Amino acid sequence: MRALIPIALFLLMGLAFAVGLTKDPKLLPSELLNKPVPKFTLSELYDETETLTQEMFKGKVSLINVFGSWCVACNVEHPVLMEISKRGDVNLIGVDWRDTRPKAKAWLEKGGNPYRQIIFDNESVLAIKLGVSGAPESFITDKSGHIRYKHVGVITPKVWQETLLPLVETLKAE
Amino acid sequence: MRWLLFMFMVLSFSTGAIGQPSEAEIEMRAKEVGRSLRCVVCQNQSIDESDAPLAMDMRELVRDRLRDGDSNTEVISYMRERYGDYVLLKPPVQRNTYILWLTPFILLLAGLGWFFVNSGRREDER
Repeated sequence: MRALIPIALFLLMGLAFAVGLTKDPKLLPSELLNKPVPKFTLSELYDETETLTQEMFKGKVSLINVFGSWCVACNVEHPVLMEISKRGDVNLIGVDWRDTRPKAKAWLEKGGNPYRQIIFDNESVLAIKLGVSGAPESFITDKSGHIRYKHVGVITPKVWQETLLPLVETLKAE
Repeated sequence: MRWLLFMFMVLSFSTGAIGQPSEAEIEMRAKEVGRSLRCVVCQNQSIDESDAPLAMDMRELVRDRLRDGDSNTEVISYMRERYGDYVLLKPPVQRNTYILWLTPFILLLAGLGWFFVNSGRREDER
């Protein structure tokens, strides 16, 4: 009977790890779900004189994509965004995070620019307000400018087809 | 005259302290707040210790908010609204963390119980 105690403890720990270790600690829930995009005032990447605010997300279903020329995974995501942009399914807005204008422009020169507009955020002003912890990270907003979905990591064709696009279509119909 | 000067100095010093916290005080409080906030990139470091660029920007934001007159708790709840409970290095005691906080005490009680039951039995055997 006594010999069973360590075995029982072992099984208990095994169970705890089996559940605990499958949870990805990098996946943080977004606190901003169903809340409006936080207020910000930043300039456009290409046009320094153009001021962008949270108002830009009103009236259209948008995909906000946080990227940077320094971000390795963004290179993987980039062709997918180009494809999305070509099909024009969604108002694709970039947030150029912790970057310099020349570097970002050179990066977009190389692979093409999928974004309709790019918010230049070199000091993490908007990134922190959005609760961003790494790039790439993406948000989908509805027509009233509320955040409805957060995707952490690369948007793969599968993620786009199976999760994001259906959501965009339902939000468009709202 | 000397009194007047003295009063003037005291007054100007104290209004300075009330209206706008000094840079040294901001720095001290920013460090205190920074130590309790998790760097979301490196996960097990506080933003005070971390060299990650995002932690740098978060430290700057903490200082800005303190300068604008926020209290330490207001700055922390500002971050919490954006990054969730996750950004707190010390998990708050609330419903979903009861297990975390109570398990050590339950284990301690269980161990003590086990010890006394066993020591009682050993004496019986003797």
